[in-house]
Amino acid sequence: MEQNTKLLQLLESDCTLTTDQLAAMANMTAAEVEAAKKELEKQRIILGYQAVVDWDQTQRENVTALIEVKVTPQRGDGFDRIAERIYQYDEVESLYLMSGAFDFTVIISGRTLKEVAHFVGEKLSTIDEVTGTATHFILRKYKENHLVFERQEEQQERFVLE
Amino acid sequence: MIDYEKILCGRIKQVKPSGIRKYFDLLQGMEGGISLGIGEPDFITPWHIRDAGIYSLEKGFTKYSPNAGLSDLRKAISRYLKRRFDLDYEGIGQILVTVGGSEGLDLAFRCLLEPGDEVIIPSPSFVCYGPLVSMLHGVPVLVETKAEDEFRLTAEELKAAITPRTRAVVLPFPNNPTGGIMGREDLEAIAGVLRGTDIMVISDEIYCELTYGQHHVSMANIPDMVERTILVNGFSKAYSMTGWRLGYVCGPKPIIAAMTKLHQFAIMCAPTTSQYAAIEALDNGDRDIEAMKEEYDGRRRFLVDGFRRLGLECFEPRGAFYTFPCIKSTGLTSEEFCDQFLAAEHVAVIPGAAFGPGGEGFVRACYAASMKDLGEALERLERFLATLK
Repeated sequence: MEQNTKLLQLLESDCTLTTDQLAAMANMTAAEVEAAKKELEKQRIILGYQAVVDWDQTQRENVTALIEVKVTPQRGDGFDRIAERIYQYDEVESLYLMSGAFDFTVIISGRTLKEVAHFVGEKLSTIDEVTGTATHFILRKYKENHLVFERQEEQQERFVLE
Repeated sequence: MIDYEKILCGRIKQVKPSGIRKYFDLLQGMEGGISLGIGEPDFITPWHIRDAGIYSLEKGFTKYSPNAGLSDLRKAISRYLKRRFDLDYEGIGQILVTVGGSEGLDLAFRCLLEPGDEVIIPSPSFVCYGPLVSMLHGVPVLVETKAEDEFRLTAEELKAAITPRTRAVVLPFPNNPTGGIMGREDLEAIAGVLRGTDIMVISDEIYCELTYGQHHVSMANIPDMVERTILVNGFSKAYSMTGWRLGYVCGPKPIIAAMTKLHQFAIMCAPTTSQYAAIEALDNGDRDIEAMKEEYDGRRRFLVDGFRRLGLECFEPRGAFYTFPCIKSTGLTSEEFCDQFLAAEHVAVIPGAAFGPGGEGFVRACYAASMKDLGEALERLERFLATLK
């Protein structure tokens, strides 16, 4: 299991590592890595493999908002049923149940501000159990999944033997 | 017109330039070049350490420190050595903070050697020891270590090299370029030869935090040896702090006092900013060391497996961040191998011969590089080896 943890950490940091590289890093054989990956995917411990994209550097318009949502939990189902109703929307990128002053954090992406506003006004707020929302637009992303968006400057003059 | 060749002293003219140099020069002009040549961590100094340096600047701590180093730093070094390696050095009196481990080595030679004194140096090893000794009219006595001994110095080899003029023996373990280490038993055997003599050990333990599968043992851990050992260490490798230029030496008080006297005249003190950053590193950096070591360990296995898969014999390096595969099967000398590999595939590795006798037939490949580069380097090596068949 400890090896699987290591494997998961490696894949989380870079899912493009080859089987041989993963094997060496996790101290497993290539066959063990293949088998473990299959099993972890089957168990849905690994949900997918994605690239982290800086859309701001492309022509594509993109707006991301973080929405605080307050709800009335339902008897029996608690928050889960409401969460399901929210995450079914394609616009919803992430959804978290929170402790504290509100219940859910919803992260959504849209092409335009209008699209996001429409989603909040027409879809999210109209869910019966939702009692209030506060929408925060993300102005700029600096870091995501340990990756820094701005190009990091590198030291220009390095070790040179004169 | 002054003839500067006449002005320069004979000793410096006899010092050969490092054999590593040309590979960096050549690689610089190459598109898509990969360097497994430089012996430098590819990590940037952890942020909390950098931040401590910045904070000291904000506070205006920009003056000289005491010659021997900030007392808080020397105490932190003392605590660190006790905690990590069970070594007992008094912060004040037995520790001198230097400009990198390199200065510590230079000071040690300067304070020990009379003209004609011999210094035993296992070879292959880091390129600086011989020239530093020669500059002092000392005599470097190179002792070849062998792949079949896992590049350890044996008691027999040491014994055979000792003469009445032997003043010191350098113990460069974990070793650059081989990755060889000396375990407790190996050190015990060396100690057996040195006990009862006046021969000092200059133990270059700069890679002590980078051992894989077993914990580093210092020569100063061996009974009766702390009194005849000058321990040289630093922050460059363990904390990825090469550019901060900070190291330290530990040893018997009279020797540290002599080294401090010389350090005071030549250097004054190590950079103050670096010293403040180093306190943070020692007190709160154990996790950084572990994280970097784990990363290196994976790369090490990947590279060693890769060489073996491609048919190159490779002894398992247990320390530092170098592999030292044997390239004798290609029929090329280590220099030919490196020249041709660089020209054909734009990958820089260093000929073993550059590290002294015993290095011929091997090349040094450093795995302080990204997995992506290591993977790519192995693919190119496979292609290169195929052209040799």
